[in-house]
Amino acid sequence: MSRWISILWLAFLFSIPLWMIDLYVLHILINTGIFVIAAMSLNLLLGYTGQLSLGHVAFFGIGAYVSALVSLGFDLELTDTYTFVFDAKPVWIAFLSGIIAAGLFGWLIGRVAFKVRGAYFVIVTISFAEVVRLVSLNWIDLTEGPMALNNIQPFTLGIPNLWEMTLYQKIPNYYLVLVVAIVCYILIRRLVHSRIGRAMIGLRENEPLAASVGVNVTHYLVIATVISAAMAGAAGGLYTHYFRIIDPDIFLFIYTVTMVIMVVSGGKGTLAGPIVGGIIFGLLPEILREFAAPEMQWIIYGIAMILIVFFLPDGIVPALKNWWKNHRSKRTDSAEMDAGT
Amino acid sequence: MAEFLQHILNAIVLGGTYALLGIGLTLIFGIMKVVNFTHGELYSFGAYMIFMFSAMLGLNFFLAIILSMVLGVLLGGIIEFALLRPLRGANIDTTMLVMIGAWIVMQNLEQLSWGGVAKSINHPFPLDPLVIGEVSVSWIRVFVFFFAVILIIGSYYLINNTKLGKSMRATFQDRDIAALMGVNINRVYTATFALGSGLAATAGALLGPVFVVTPTMGDMAALKAFAIVILGGLGSIAGATIGGFILALAEEMGAGYISSGYRDAMGFILIILVLIFRPTGLFALKERYG
Repeated sequence: MSRWISILWLAFLFSIPLWMIDLYVLHILINTGIFVIAAMSLNLLLGYTGQLSLGHVAFFGIGAYVSALVSLGFDLELTDTYTFVFDAKPVWIAFLSGIIAAGLFGWLIGRVAFKVRGAYFVIVTISFAEVVRLVSLNWIDLTEGPMALNNIQPFTLGIPNLWEMTLYQKIPNYYLVLVVAIVCYILIRRLVHSRIGRAMIGLRENEPLAASVGVNVTHYLVIATVISAAMAGAAGGLYTHYFRIIDPDIFLFIYTVTMVIMVVSGGKGTLAGPIVGGIIFGLLPEILREFAAPEMQWIIYGIAMILIVFFLPDGIVPALKNWWKNHRSKRTDSAEMDAGT
Repeated sequence: MAEFLQHILNAIVLGGTYALLGIGLTLIFGIMKVVNFTHGELYSFGAYMIFMFSAMLGLNFFLAIILSMVLGVLLGGIIEFALLRPLRGANIDTTMLVMIGAWIVMQNLEQLSWGGVAKSINHPFPLDPLVIGEVSVSWIRVFVFFFAVILIIGSYYLINNTKLGKSMRATFQDRDIAALMGVNINRVYTATFALGSGLAATAGALLGPVFVVTPTMGDMAALKAFAIVILGGLGSIAGATIGGFILALAEEMGAGYISSGYRDAMGFILIILVLIFRPTGLFALKERYG
């Protein structure tokens, strides 16, 4: 049953560019897709290990900046006489470097931040993101600061020297984001159902108990952070090579908040949650844009967040599942009663 | 040497307001276990209120500060009553998300009602600075410093010498036992949140005339308040006071001797260092769990 639903969903998603002629809609879908990937990566930390990381945008931005810089090449004046020159590399290598760099930072932050929990952890992660933002703003030799990095190469596809295609258009970019999103989804799904995933859920539910039965808490938290950060880095890389311009605003706290809203509204700790939440909060600004000023949009965002926490604390997906279960059990109950009489 | 002394003096003057911000936040966290993301917005609320009363309505500058304080206390009380009271007993992440939502709403309401253009506020102090030997400081900053110090002393008095303060301390140590002993927990919570918010609004009202007022000024203030509170240990008022001065000193020295672009980064670097080497903060209070 659920297998058929997934196949239908996939067929629908793959068919969109065939019948959707409006390129603006495709653009919104690509943007939403990138944020869905980021939200899925955050869900791994927030939903499965129960750690609220409010610095997630840092990994997204590091992935974006590293990917951009590697594909553009850069030179750094280390001393007066020696300049480190880094030649431009193909986009795919840049994309991979972005993922690896984000993962490395994830490891570093995981080692440092998991010494503390709860509010302290939240504040360490916020601080980390702010430091990275200020570095990107001030290290002008490398990042161009507020002048932004532009003319970033788009993705290329194919075999070097034989057949190559540069992804300028919306449709191939849409498929690229879709494929990366599916890969991330499958990875998270496999991870959650593995031994590592069970350990992560165990320590979310009761950390002292998990530790007492031999789960190496910090080890699993760091693994989760590294994977989560690398995925966020991948989303950042997609963002860079699609928009082809980035500036330090990519590190703004509001993007982390957007990801958190997506995860929490969809349902943290569920596989479908970040996708549902991501689609709702990715499309909502576009719908609201018609009749609301940007400030009003944010106010509606904020109110939506408060209402969701008050009325759907587990998120939309678990609420729907419950409703469906009750609905079906009622139907079978009444069917049995009918049969009994 | 003169430059160094000037940095120290600037740090002390700025540290007073930072301490106000930190005390408000640490009280709310220590007693209510709520990570208050609206703290920065109360700070900018205070700044906009003094702009409204002093620059727009033309009221007396000092009266305007008092009015901003009172309105900050009221707004804090309303937030506590409307958003936090229904969530009593919810876990810390839940209240944090609600406070993030409230923060977004408040900031954008400010943007809508005041516009994005920075506002400046005139003050009645002479523009010539006070010169002491080789260093100098403007009169408004001197006033801000002393006003902040009076409020800090007032908060200490409130917490250590009054009945309300006693019930606040009891709630901090053990909420359930305090409730059993007849402390009205709801009243303590509302009072705590209102007091913390009032201190943040006052910090905004004091610094508004020194700098300029913008809708996003609260973001940095909130992050700095977090930094101060982490430095001092969550829940420790003495820690927050000292943390405020340490942060101001780190910022002044960082801006003076490293790079002014990284001025705002100093707090976060301090937080990360403190959490690596002394995760519970520099002056953490003992707290009973149970």
